[in-house]
Amino acid sequence: MPESRLRIPKTYKLFIGGAFPRSESGRSYVVTSLDGAFRANAALASRKDVRDAVAAARAAVPTWAGATAYNRGQILYRIAELLEGRRAQFVEEVAASEPGDAPSTVDAAIDRWVWYAGWADKIAQVTGAANPVAGPFFNLSSPEPAGVVGIVAPPDSSLLGLVSVLAPVIVTGNTAVVLAAPDRPLPAVTLTEVLATSDLPAGVVNLLTGRTPELAPWLAGHLDVNGLDLTGVTDPELATALERDAAENLKRILRPAGPTDWTAEPGIERMVAYLEIKTVWHPKGV
Amino acid sequence: MTNAAGGLSVVELASVTGSAAGFRAFLHGLPGVDQVGAEQRAAMLATRSIKTTAKAWGIDLAIRMVDLTTLEGADTPGKVRALCAKGRRPDPADPDCPSVAAICVYPAMVPTAAESLKGSGIHLASVATAFPSGQAPLPVKLADTRAAVAAGADEIDMVLNRGDFLSGRYLAAFDEIVAVKEAGGDAHLKVILETGELATYDNVRRAAWLAMLAGADFIKTSTGKVSPAATLPVTLVMLEAVRDFRASTGRTVGVKPAGGIRTTKDALRYLVLVNETVGDDWLRPDRFRFGASTLLNDLLLQRSKLATGRYSGPDYVTLD
Amino acid sequence: MPFEYAPAPESPSIVDIQSSYGLFVNGEFTDPIDGERFKTINPASEDVLAEVVAAGPADVDAAVAAARRAYENVWRDLTGRDRAKYLYRLARLIQERARELAVLESIDNGKPIRESRDVDLPLVAAHFFYYAGWADKLRYAGFGETPLGVAAQVIPWNFPLLMLAWKIAPALAAGNTVVLKPAETTPLTALLFAQLCQQAELPPGVVNIVTGAGETGRLLVEHPGVDKVAFTGSTEVGRAIARSVAGTRKRLTLELGGKAANIVFDDAPIDQAVEGIVNGIFFNQGHVCCAGSRLLVQESVAEEVLDSLKRRMARLRVGDPLDKNTDIGAINSAAQLSRIRSLSEIGSQEGAQRWSPPCELPERGFWFAPTIFTGVSQAHRIAREEIFGPVLSVLTFRTPAEAVEKANNTPYGLSAGVWTEKGSRILAIADRLRAGVVWANTFNRFDPTSPFGGYKESGYGREGGRHGLEGYLA
Repeated sequence: MPESRLRIPKTYKLFIGGAFPRSESGRSYVVTSLDGAFRANAALASRKDVRDAVAAARAAVPTWAGATAYNRGQILYRIAELLEGRRAQFVEEVAASEPGDAPSTVDAAIDRWVWYAGWADKIAQVTGAANPVAGPFFNLSSPEPAGVVGIVAPPDSSLLGLVSVLAPVIVTGNTAVVLAAPDRPLPAVTLTEVLATSDLPAGVVNLLTGRTPELAPWLAGHLDVNGLDLTGVTDPELATALERDAAENLKRILRPAGPTDWTAEPGIERMVAYLEIKTVWHPKGV
Repeated sequence: MTNAAGGLSVVELASVTGSAAGFRAFLHGLPGVDQVGAEQRAAMLATRSIKTTAKAWGIDLAIRMVDLTTLEGADTPGKVRALCAKGRRPDPADPDCPSVAAICVYPAMVPTAAESLKGSGIHLASVATAFPSGQAPLPVKLADTRAAVAAGADEIDMVLNRGDFLSGRYLAAFDEIVAVKEAGGDAHLKVILETGELATYDNVRRAAWLAMLAGADFIKTSTGKVSPAATLPVTLVMLEAVRDFRASTGRTVGVKPAGGIRTTKDALRYLVLVNETVGDDWLRPDRFRFGASTLLNDLLLQRSKLATGRYSGPDYVTLD
Repeated sequence: MPFEYAPAPESPSIVDIQSSYGLFVNGEFTDPIDGERFKTINPASEDVLAEVVAAGPADVDAAVAAARRAYENVWRDLTGRDRAKYLYRLARLIQERARELAVLESIDNGKPIRESRDVDLPLVAAHFFYYAGWADKLRYAGFGETPLGVAAQVIPWNFPLLMLAWKIAPALAAGNTVVLKPAETTPLTALLFAQLCQQAELPPGVVNIVTGAGETGRLLVEHPGVDKVAFTGSTEVGRAIARSVAGTRKRLTLELGGKAANIVFDDAPIDQAVEGIVNGIFFNQGHVCCAGSRLLVQESVAEEVLDSLKRRMARLRVGDPLDKNTDIGAINSAAQLSRIRSLSEIGSQEGAQRWSPPCELPERGFWFAPTIFTGVSQAHRIAREEIFGPVLSVLTFRTPAEAVEKANNTPYGLSAGVWTEKGSRILAIADRLRAGVVWANTFNRFDPTSPFGGYKESGYGREGGRHGLEGYLA
């Protein structure tokens, strides 16, 4: 009888500050594939992991927001190239995580990433304006990233939904702390492996796996987080509570979207939500 | 606003320090520096490709321009003696390798250095005036200077009073430099502007003029204790200032970038900057110096590569 | 002791120049049907580089037909996403082969390798990246989403590959197909670009490259089968094209000549202003439509600025384009050199004072030392006519109003420069300048996101930015 090769199972860790730590709590939880079989022990993140992730995201803001739009676009496009190279791996992981046509889903996720990459150096032209004020003044409105954005990823769409909420946040210069889909976290972790080997600076994306009701309140209440995306919060009461918490420092909020066809081409709302418009005046006179 | 740099005669320049208000008006009337333009000019010059004979020439010149420096609380006579030996004979395997321009130490280490440098022709530079911060009473700073010179230093690297400068007390900062120059007697005076704390190129230009009018023989970028230290654009602005100063007064002042210059590539970029901003008149150790420590070993490694064709390694240069 | 830079040559061995090229039609290199071959030379040495084709009427027909078929059968119906992917591939290929393209550009055009490597090629790649991203976002651009069809594009010799990028990238992003004619003296990087189209597996006929001279260009822009004409070149030819499309359905954009004023006020940051003046007229040997060819300096600082300028000019290194330390390369052709010389002669005859730094020019090849004329007035021909060479005319002014008046006193209106530390003055002057691009405290800055184009006889339409899509959409 030919012996079959023993595979080497992957360890799935958190992604914070460009590194892959386990949860400081030491906890893990079981992730199963669609058929109920054991797939992995994912790290079960704690509030301290949230704290560390926010600190990493904040530290990354000056470099990322200070990069040229072209540079951000180049980095995101490179990530798409890497995703494409790992297509087979993602297909396998998505197929094990969720029902549906995994190859189409992965293709859509990669294409979605490319779509957003191309926005880096155009969003300012679409949302900014030179304003014709009634006086001898130059007046220009330009969008700037808000800073650190906490994101609760869609629970049912482990890669395409994730990409659809993450790419728009970072392409404009924000940094992110993402709570992965709790029951389907593995494609998200593999995504972070791609990010870690790309030119994306450490801390721009941080990803935690764990329980939304446990982790989200710490993000929502954190005063050094500027924006909150509640897309993945399915419990309306929890969503309301989180929005209330977030009001403490007036975070910019995206409320849960309800059932979403993630394959449809998005608009620009997810980028605009975390952009501040800065308007500058300057007199014109010799 | 007139461009005072080019437009005033020597006599007129002497009068600008007649009053605090007059001096302020003069300094604030100097042409501004566009940050982006200055940085782009420096970056373009950094693309010059210096190869073969030009590179060999540049490396030897750079070695001869090094102020080999140790400025640590942990400095001891042993450390300083080793540094001096290195400065005298940077490459034990090659007697043709030139010596450095100077050794630069704290005042307490001057006696040791003076002893070790006897007969070498290498200058002995001492930092003074409560280096690096300069935050001490004036009598202390003057005593610091006198003591260093008495112990054998023939060059003094003093610090600009940034507190005075940044609060607009330009004449006070000027008077201090004049006093230190006088206290130093025949010693050459370098004035450290600490460009990292001055923060804008406009300030660097003003501080350079202030120091030169006060009698500096050299203007120096940094103490090396504050980041950013020397950069190409800041050195560019200082070179433009010494160029304009000579055009106005006929007096030649030297420039010393210090801190953060680690590789031969860096050093050659500075030489290109000098060459294309003020010309080869300043390409001499009595008009341009590098304040450095690790730079010397990289120069030696590159020198060896050019001579032998092989990449060398840390085992082949001495650590002091 | 002088610091002599040793020769630092970029090796030409990275480039493989064929002895003879065909036309690139329908995705393949083909022999001409009725075109004749002619030679292209290296302007720094006058050596022959290769033979290329001057496409004849049947060749142009074939190319336009290929573009039409590709448009109707393939390109028009592709999703924006897929057009984007092709453009991203081209952008990446350009980056991958950037050094090779830069060396070839310098050999064929005469421009210094430092410029082609550090300025031209990065901008070329960036242009393709930028427009790739628009291909699937046209609904946000504000100009509709319907392409025009087949675009005839004729480009000049001063930035061959960059001008190709400025033309092809937006056209393809918007869904058009193209037939492009590179300049007669600089066909080679366009032909190498055609190879990149093959490597990108671009559908055949989407991009067609037909080489040739003025006659080929005329055949192309006058061809009844094209829907759009885009031309960059002289105002004289631009006028002829505008006449030829009259009464047709063809849309037209033109990017023509200029005689830009570079205005220096008494409070300018002098060292950077001098750098900007030098960059404005000596960058790319002055072969720049938006060159700052008229220096308007405030009279109170004129002497000081000129002294600084002359001192700076003495540092310019003229020589072998492939030497990495060269600042000013070869003039592109004997014809252009002759034009520069004759206009400079006229300048002297008209009474302006001519000055060049001492300059050792090589024996073979086409060379011209950087030159300034002082004592120039608006009435002089060298203040009015585009020289398109490293020649600067210097005029003075007293007040801001006078500066604006003189700056605008030209049929051209492509660009202008303003140098002053006073922000409100920059904005007030920029408001009043009749020029499509105003550079304040900088000059000759380009970016794919920044629209470029002229007022008045410098042409119409914009290239670059969101506005650059307008000329390719219905």
